Amino acid sequence: MLNTLDIIETIKMITEEHLDIRTITMGISLMDCASEDMGRCAQKIYDKVTRRAEKLVAVGEELEQEYGIPVINKRVSVSPIATVAAACQGGNIADLARAMDRAAETVGVNFIGGYSALVHKGMTESDKRLLASIPEALSETERVCSSVNVATTRAGINMDAVSLLGRIIKETSYVTRDSGSFGCAKLVVFANIPEDNPFMAGAYHGIGEAECAINVGVSGPGVVRAAILRHPGCDLTELAEVIKKTAFKITRVGQLIAAESSRRLGAEFGIVDLSLAPTPAVGDSVAQILEEMGLETCGCHGTTACLAMLNDAVKKGGVMASSHVGGLSGAFIPVSEDSGMIAAAESGVLTVDKLEAMTAVCSVGLDMIAIPGDTSAEVISAIIADEISIGVVNNKTTAVRLVPAWGKKTGDKLVFGGLWGEAPIMPVHNESPAKFISRGGRIPAPIHSQRN
Amino acid sequence: MRAVITVVGKDAVGIIAEVSNVMKNRGVNIIDISQSVLSDMFAMVMMTDISACTVPFGDFAEELRLVGVKLGLDIHAMHEDIFNSMHRV
Repeated sequence: MLNTLDIIETIKMITEEHLDIRTITMGISLMDCASEDMGRCAQKIYDKVTRRAEKLVAVGEELEQEYGIPVINKRVSVSPIATVAAACQGGNIADLARAMDRAAETVGVNFIGGYSALVHKGMTESDKRLLASIPEALSETERVCSSVNVATTRAGINMDAVSLLGRIIKETSYVTRDSGSFGCAKLVVFANIPEDNPFMAGAYHGIGEAECAINVGVSGPGVVRAAILRHPGCDLTELAEVIKKTAFKITRVGQLIAAESSRRLGAEFGIVDLSLAPTPAVGDSVAQILEEMGLETCGCHGTTACLAMLNDAVKKGGVMASSHVGGLSGAFIPVSEDSGMIAAAESGVLTVDKLEAMTAVCSVGLDMIAIPGDTSAEVISAIIADEISIGVVNNKTTAVRLVPAWGKKTGDKLVFGGLWGEAPIMPVHNESPAKFISRGGRIPAPIHSQRN
Repeated sequence: MRAVITVVGKDAVGIIAEVSNVMKNRGVNIIDISQSVLSDMFAMVMMTDISACTVPFGDFAEELRLVGVKLGLDIHAMHEDIFNSMHRV
């Protein structure tokens, strides 16, 4: 018989500490949807997504009831659309985004990712077409998410793409200005993009993936914070042990749900993503974990060290708990989605510069940061270039999801609502990097990419 | 399939009777019970066999939850695997 205290601990994690399965994401290959006719391609995409993901939401709800753990999101990711659409002659590629949107609505998922292009070394004609259509696709659909990989450690950084994306982000901000420039929240620029990430907006189904795979993301900042709270006096070695044990337990639940959902949906078990994904709910915050570790405010000196230790301990605990670990796997630090980050940014302690330093030691990157609407495209490109360099040189994934808030300035606030939260507009440096950005070309791969 | 049912709250007369009555009505067999009362707090854990349950498991869990609301108790019914996976290496 199970130990009563263990049972009560599990129930407490779920009912009081916000433990949940953040997302069950079904990755679907669309490589067989290629067609010379754009309309035909769109129809094939709609048909395939609605067929494969037909039971996704029902199975998610079934597991939620049986295991008593909330499954917050059920989502779909697809093959990069720029690749799928490469064969299409003429037509408007944004029609494929509309087909994805309709398919997502039919199967009942709130987001579908994969309106994506992989341009780390160069752009095909289809990649260029997709990039140019991103503002239209994100403003005219509700559920479609887009991502662009502009660099890898092996290929270096495609600065032509970085320069172009600065302009695309500005344009997306403008065309979605009536909804708080929300289109930009659905666009992520990556270095070393993972092929099996279950989290939006950066999820896509990689070229090397199976026909259909289930990737699961767990969430547990509240649980980790509560565990640290119970150990106020211990030293950092002991604290790392506490975090590891907690991460192990959280990840085991993800492993169980991933195995069971892939079995019931007839899909491959992909990966469990070990990320600590915060929500705006009080207590479910990565910033508050860092503060519980002993910082007055997230963003003060010591933040990077605390985050590095947290991130490492989460991975060490999680790796043993799952048969396949992948995706982003680390602590997320999205500003708008984390009540502690929001407070720290509003107080002025947490800055974009400090966030950039933090991304060197945790997963993802500059995430859900609202910046003034009049920030120039070159400055946005330069912020992307800085962040992407950290990923390329450190052989890790980094990403940028900036929201230039049209018509707003530093000190104003953007309110998205729900899991997206709200974001104080944070200042950036406006001195011009225009000449650097206009040079174009590629930043060569770092020396340690030569591993063979 | 086995499910763990936990009942936590202030002790009162008839808690076990109320909970086991729901199980009887739904064809759920009790395999093991452990129960303790610590300073007025009642905590019970039941291991049950739900393979012959006459209603979908979600409905059964909801029915128990409502009994809990009526008695001022927290009642959870969950698949045993979530506890096994979390607490056993």
